[in-house]
Amino acid sequence: MTRYEHTTSGGNAVEVRGLVKHFGDTKAVDGVDLTVPEGTVLGVLGPNGAGKTTLVRCLSTLLVPDAGTAMVAGYDVVRQPRQLRRTIGLTGQYASVDEKLSGWENLYMIGRLLDLPRKDARARADAMLERFSLTDAAKRAARTYSGGMRRRLDLAASMIGQPAVLYLDEPTTGLDPRTRNEVWDEVKRMVSEGSTVLLTTQYMEEAEQLADDLTVIDQGKVIAEGRVNELKAKVGGRTLQIRPTDPEELHRMVGAIAQAGLDGVGGATADVEEGLVNVPIISDEQLTAVIGLLGERGFAISGIDTHLPSLDEVFLAITGQKTSIAETHDALEEVAA
Amino acid sequence: MSAATVSSAPVKALPGEGRIGLRANLRHIGALVRRNALQIKQDPESMFDALLMPIVFSLLFVYVFGGAVAQGDRSAYVNYFIPGMMAMGGLNIAMSVGTGVNDDFNKGVMDRFRTMPIARSSVLIAKLIVETGRMLVSTVVLLVMGFIMGFDLKTGPVELLAAVALALFFGSSLTWIFMLLGLSLKTPQAVQGLGFLVIMPLQFGSSIFAPTATMPGWLQSFTKYNPLSQLADGARALTSGHGAVAHPVTMVVIWALAITVVTAPLAVAKFRNKT
Repeated sequence: MTRYEHTTSGGNAVEVRGLVKHFGDTKAVDGVDLTVPEGTVLGVLGPNGAGKTTLVRCLSTLLVPDAGTAMVAGYDVVRQPRQLRRTIGLTGQYASVDEKLSGWENLYMIGRLLDLPRKDARARADAMLERFSLTDAAKRAARTYSGGMRRRLDLAASMIGQPAVLYLDEPTTGLDPRTRNEVWDEVKRMVSEGSTVLLTTQYMEEAEQLADDLTVIDQGKVIAEGRVNELKAKVGGRTLQIRPTDPEELHRMVGAIAQAGLDGVGGATADVEEGLVNVPIISDEQLTAVIGLLGERGFAISGIDTHLPSLDEVFLAITGQKTSIAETHDALEEVAA
Repeated sequence: MSAATVSSAPVKALPGEGRIGLRANLRHIGALVRRNALQIKQDPESMFDALLMPIVFSLLFVYVFGGAVAQGDRSAYVNYFIPGMMAMGGLNIAMSVGTGVNDDFNKGVMDRFRTMPIARSSVLIAKLIVETGRMLVSTVVLLVMGFIMGFDLKTGPVELLAAVALALFFGSSLTWIFMLLGLSLKTPQAVQGLGFLVIMPLQFGSSIFAPTATMPGWLQSFTKYNPLSQLADGARALTSGHGAVAHPVTMVVIWALAITVVTAPLAVAKFRNKT
């Protein structure tokens, strides 16, 4: 299959500069820059309506941008759409398979559309069904598939042409946690085999699980970017989790930390269910101070860990606004109260 | 942000680069025809209109109206009606394409096709081929009904085939109109509504069901230029051996070509630019 022969400078699979797409007065994408180095996963994170899908549609030749440039696998999305279509795979928010066709027929059709000879298209369809654990359902119409199976078939369809760059537009929206994990495992496997992935999501956990780099967009603009951990560190604050050997000591431990009044250390809390003491800290010195204090007081500790803040908190810190999901959640709680 | 303001204005795709070759194009159309055919296999009810419409219309017109129209000579009406009905069948199926296309083209799978290295027109051409196949099935059912009811083919199989081919050719041009409508209008209901508005006067303001001689002058001048009349008259002349063949057939061919030349590129452009 076609791999790109001429990459962009520095081996970037995707390079977007100043991309703009307006719909009337709505600036769906309003000057986005982003870069995806070859073989990495970029997570594009943003709430509903942030412009994620419009961005993906521009990069997959479904929409023509109003301004800006975008190179994918060395091809210009506007000037070389035909070549570009040979190098990309797209799995949309809505399953892009033919519901009336069986799983096998869907994959065979796509193989043929990608100019595979009949024999190869048949073999590839079989192999893909096997790989995505759909062999048993191969002959059934896709409309009888569960949500997770359909999404897996969709991924299989996108992978048939062994695309150099794969777009995943909210690949797990609307899936239950178990099915979501199945999809994640598949994506991780594709990445380990060298695919470059541009993933959009509104789930912080998904970005954390799958992405190397993160671009946070809101109202069509990039509001933050960097490595996933860098972004979280930028927001500052970690939680130190301490597990006492004797769970009975939880509250005594909390009391000891509060009494010591260490500089910059927030109020410790006991998580009885998990048998953990949570201590908010900012610096490594504080971590050392807390552990040192507990050692001095003779507490037996069986485990410690530090946790970066959730990406929900990151979003709140960057934009000063809650994500639309968090807002909806809050609104629902207010109604309930 | 500043990057956006200095960037270039939208540019058109470079012509010629990465073009799909003819052989590849035919292969893609083949794969998509298979898709459409499999859809029918999965969903046999979608053939109901193609199969039932000629049966129901034949029974209704021949036995309910036929005697009255032909002043008691029902067998004469069968010979009049069956070739006329060939014109009607294509119209009917073309309209169902409009609603089907609207539904089909709003599905996610169209996004996949449009991001694949295939000519976007191949999706529409495949649809056209399968629908023309449906028209053929419908016409065969009509002819079987006709022969059961006593249709008398006064010419030969060659003329009959010519009449069928003419009807299918015209029907395929109508399919382009309805694909364009289906791609332009938002809902299947809108397509159906507008379709009926256009179709009703065209099918009844024609010589399909009844001779035009007793119609008022203004209506006669409408029916005279109505391509459905010309198709019905042409098919009639071909199967009965009476009346001019060349004129109606030429007119139908011109109509079909004109409709296709205008609406096919528009439909493809609509499909290409659909957001």
